[in-house]
Amino acid sequence: MIKIELEVNGKKIQKEIPDHTLLSTFLREHINLTGTHVGCDTSQCGACVVHVDGKSLKSCTALAADLNGSKVTTIEGLASNGKLHPMQEAFKKLHGLQCGFCTPGMVMSVIDLLKQNKNPSDKEIRDWLEGNICRCTGYQNIVAAVKEAAAKM
Amino acid sequence: MKTFNYHSAKDVKEASKLSSSKSAFLAGGMTTLPSMKLGLASYNDLINLKNIKNLSGIKVSGKTIKIGSTTKHAEVSQSKEVKKAIPSLAALAEGIGDPQVRNRGTIGGSIANNDPAADYPSACIALNAVIHTNERKIEAEKFFKGMFETALKTGEIIEAVEFEIPKKSNYQKYPNPASRYAIVGVYVAECKSGVNVAVTGAKSCVYNDKNLSSALSKNFSSSAIDGIEISSSGMNSDIHASAEYRANMVKVFTKKAVEAC
Amino acid sequence: MASLVGSRVERKEDKKLLTGRGKYTADVTFAHQTYAYFVRSPHARAEIKKVDISKAEKSSGVVAVLTGKDIVNDKIGGLIAGWRIKSEDGSDMKVPAHPPLASETVNYVGDHVAVVIAESLDEARNAAELVKVDYKVLKAVVDTADAMKSDQIYKDIPKNLCFDWLLGDRAKVKEAFDKADKIIKIDLINNRVIPNAMEPRAANADYNPSTEEITLYTTSQNPHLARIIISAFNGVAPENKLRVIAPDVGGGFGSKIYPYAEEVVCSWAAKKIERPIKWVADRTESFLSDCHGRDHVTHAELAVKNDGTFLGFKNETIANIGAYASVFGTVTPTYLFGPCATGVYKMPAAYTNVKAVYTNTAPVDAYRGAGRPEATYTIETLVDKAARELGIDPAEIRMKNFPTQFPFQQTLVHSVDSGDYVAGLNKAIEAADYKGFEKRKRESEAKGKLRGIGLCTYFEACGIAPSPVVMMLGCGIGLWESAEVRFNPTGNVTVFTGSHSHGQGHDTTFAQIAADQLGVPIENIEISHGDTDKGPFGYGTYGSRSLTVGGTAIVKACDKIIAKGKRVAAKMLEASEDDIEFKNGEFVVAKSNKKKTIGEIAFACYLPGTYGEVKSPLPEGEEPGLKETSFFDPVNFSFPAGSHICEVEVNPDTGETAVVKYTAIDDFGTIINPLVVEGQVHGGLVQGIGQALYENCHYDQSGQLVTASYMDYTMPRADNFPDFNLGFTCTPATSNPLGTKGCGEAGAIAAPPAVMNAVMNAIGTEISMPATAEKVWKACKENKKTNSKAA
Repeated sequence: MIKIELEVNGKKIQKEIPDHTLLSTFLREHINLTGTHVGCDTSQCGACVVHVDGKSLKSCTALAADLNGSKVTTIEGLASNGKLHPMQEAFKKLHGLQCGFCTPGMVMSVIDLLKQNKNPSDKEIRDWLEGNICRCTGYQNIVAAVKEAAAKM
Repeated sequence: MKTFNYHSAKDVKEASKLSSSKSAFLAGGMTTLPSMKLGLASYNDLINLKNIKNLSGIKVSGKTIKIGSTTKHAEVSQSKEVKKAIPSLAALAEGIGDPQVRNRGTIGGSIANNDPAADYPSACIALNAVIHTNERKIEAEKFFKGMFETALKTGEIIEAVEFEIPKKSNYQKYPNPASRYAIVGVYVAECKSGVNVAVTGAKSCVYNDKNLSSALSKNFSSSAIDGIEISSSGMNSDIHASAEYRANMVKVFTKKAVEAC
Repeated sequence: MASLVGSRVERKEDKKLLTGRGKYTADVTFAHQTYAYFVRSPHARAEIKKVDISKAEKSSGVVAVLTGKDIVNDKIGGLIAGWRIKSEDGSDMKVPAHPPLASETVNYVGDHVAVVIAESLDEARNAAELVKVDYKVLKAVVDTADAMKSDQIYKDIPKNLCFDWLLGDRAKVKEAFDKADKIIKIDLINNRVIPNAMEPRAANADYNPSTEEITLYTTSQNPHLARIIISAFNGVAPENKLRVIAPDVGGGFGSKIYPYAEEVVCSWAAKKIERPIKWVADRTESFLSDCHGRDHVTHAELAVKNDGTFLGFKNETIANIGAYASVFGTVTPTYLFGPCATGVYKMPAAYTNVKAVYTNTAPVDAYRGAGRPEATYTIETLVDKAARELGIDPAEIRMKNFPTQFPFQQTLVHSVDSGDYVAGLNKAIEAADYKGFEKRKRESEAKGKLRGIGLCTYFEACGIAPSPVVMMLGCGIGLWESAEVRFNPTGNVTVFTGSHSHGQGHDTTFAQIAADQLGVPIENIEISHGDTDKGPFGYGTYGSRSLTVGGTAIVKACDKIIAKGKRVAAKMLEASEDDIEFKNGEFVVAKSNKKKTIGEIAFACYLPGTYGEVKSPLPEGEEPGLKETSFFDPVNFSFPAGSHICEVEVNPDTGETAVVKYTAIDDFGTIINPLVVEGQVHGGLVQGIGQALYENCHYDQSGQLVTASYMDYTMPRADNFPDFNLGFTCTPATSNPLGTKGCGEAGAIAAPPAVMNAVMNAIGTEISMPATAEKVWKACKENKKTNSKAA
């Protein structure tokens, strides 16, 4: 067991956890933030993407212990006072989600893209999404939503 | 995933001391953790190198670039110094995995793992890299021993990788459509000692194609290799690509890389 | 109030899903939760000699280890095939036993042998490794084409043949072929694909010893069907003691229509141990044990006249249904496949013969399109070949054979109520700039690339389905749909539907329909689905049926509400019922300004009295309350159709093939929400293009699944596609009041032939799906050789 302290969505959290606890397990099982989803075992689907210290990573491929002291933002932490993040708004407006399972990781991933590239082209968005698999939308409305959000942000 | 003891080493000495035949170093974990999750690997101890100071960072001296082993792919791809001195190396880093892998995976981790389809080993071979460990300096040609096998001994830790700044260079990859690892990746570099054509993905371990290298050393143009037959013997063959296809791709991608230099 | 039908209404369900507040089965955790891990067969075919659980039982945290023996002892029934198909000779299909946990034989890698239930998942998994199973490994049957010639898997099933089915008239076809100028022949493989909903399957079963009720949370497209099967066939609990909840479900694509072994085992075991049991598949388990899709080997022939007129069609197909006959596994390659195999054409004579074979692979069942993609791929590649061989333009040969009179009695089964295929193809030709292709081809050639164009015109039969028809064809259930429209006393509305949304947007589309029907603002309407304890029995979501069948049930229930509302309004407004009109949410007395809103009527229905006096607003004999139920059984299938045109660019040096332009013109009848419909088309296209270019399930000769992770199974990703160009034509369906036809499967049906026709057009050679880079490269190389020889 190992003691860790993380700031998750602005809240300081201290927990004692088994050493092999993945960040995704920590979020889902230990602090009940089930918005972060797990869709594969090989670090490819991207449903589990969260931000750690402002950068996107796959929470299924990071040990919680390794992130001791970090600031974590999950999908639950994006909206503030009930107001959706512009990226969430854009996904809603342009139907960038269907079943919603890949959506949390997708949204967290593209927010990171816009941090690095304020005005990405279609190709840059599609390339960035290499690490996020969606089986429902055919991606087209996701790309449109990212552009919409980029214009608003 | 099987349980283990997690350690965060303060320095290389401590990390080395903690290691055993049943331990693994964690330098990003992009391969180690998925392998453990799938039950393909298990360890008693995982020793995190990330918090060791001085293992991360990029330094350019006159003729070389030295990259600390825990430097992340995203740091290399976005580094102004790397982009200026060896743009192909920055581009290679930009093409590893996906953005989240690049935010986490490290050069040392990639090289120590020596996946036959990884990108960085080809850069090491093409750019006459020297791998600095806590014990010695190893030339890239002697470092990569075979599939997932390197010259590293138990407890030996990569501290940095030092690349020669070439006259010109380029890396071209045909990614596996599923995993996005290289089915074939070809790194062409014209260095002081001549041209290297490092190939990853095609065989069980990265290699320098001597025929292509020497032809290009004599005449650095894509037509210089027109007459060279690439043998498919010893090449990987799997559901994604036959040996014959890989052999073709080595040639096509070498030409592409030469033309892009 | 403006009509909402036809509007791009943003989805009501999105807020929760975008903020991480969705509730999927894996997110549900009960108090005193236990976790299940399944011991699965590592062999494709073996006899089970012995299962030793003694070590596992003693392992840390283990609550129970259950095996096939326990299933037998408790008389738990097997998994079922839901559709009984008869062979051409009149004999019944042959079906092997499929126990939820095997006790005698295992028949594919991933087959269920035992379950370990423990306090934590880690402990369950560790203990599962200690379950020792002695297998006698037998030679596996893997290959579809060779299955009938291979070792016999089941004692009572010769040639591994489930059925040998015929639809059509062989004699008539022979006559037609005898008259033909030319016979066009083709051999095809419809590659096996793996559905890969992003949410892995999961189940969490809780048992309440006080009420003796099991509550099963599960990843289902069809919770009512899960309940009836687990109750009536598996015998786990009576229906009234089994509640099935399919909460938010992360995609299905057919793979979650029916219950699997895991749901049965978790429900049964939860009752046994009197504790909740949670099982969540990891992705590898999904690959191994979710039902797969497609997997046909087909020989087809088309008899034509020299002018391109079609005379007859024959289709000889071997369909691999895997190790067991799954719920829709037998109807998919028969009644969902055969009738559509003649395509969207007038075809004077036709037959389809399907031999369904068992192999030692995961069961094959419905996957987006289910049978219709296989049918469309067959006829559309054959028609293109006919065009090539006859020297007729692919668009022209299609136009020539389109029916133009509707209703159109299609050759094999269907009476197609409406359509305008000529208009659809013309619109596609224009939208795709079909005529400008040669110029684009030259531009590609200047870059060293080969460019090809491919067409697909399709129709499909969905909106399943009229119950008497499907039951006559062998279906074990009716396929109607239910709706309950419940006014709450304060005037807002809850609509219960028996169908289920797992991405399709029912919460919005269905609310649009109810809002229009009732004149109630959409924000005051809640759609409820997915809980067998809440709404009436229904048949779930698949076969592009939800809107056409389930949406119509809502309309019908609303009609009943309005009829009652009229009676009540007549009494309240002291008018004759015949003089009451209902418009925009108001009951108005004709030629007067006397009216009551539907909210007032609802209120009166629930509070039928007045303070201080005995007086009811309700007509005499009218029951209080305002809630109506409808069970809608359609009179016909619905028949979406469309024309898709794809352009690809091929790099002949590497074989890399890219879809560079894709135009889809579809006729889905009335469109309720274009935003949702476009999304459905996009998703279907990516799955269809995925099958054509990337996806392939690969078993090796010993029956090991090689493509068991995203490292080896190519999932289509964002960078594989351009933006698609969509358009619509509309001939409303006449078989339902909404005029809708269904849109969910169109993309997956039309894209594979459109893409493959484009690839073959580019490289000039027939190749099979998926057209991977290596295959295309080899074909280009062969062409080069042939061409240089010819020169």
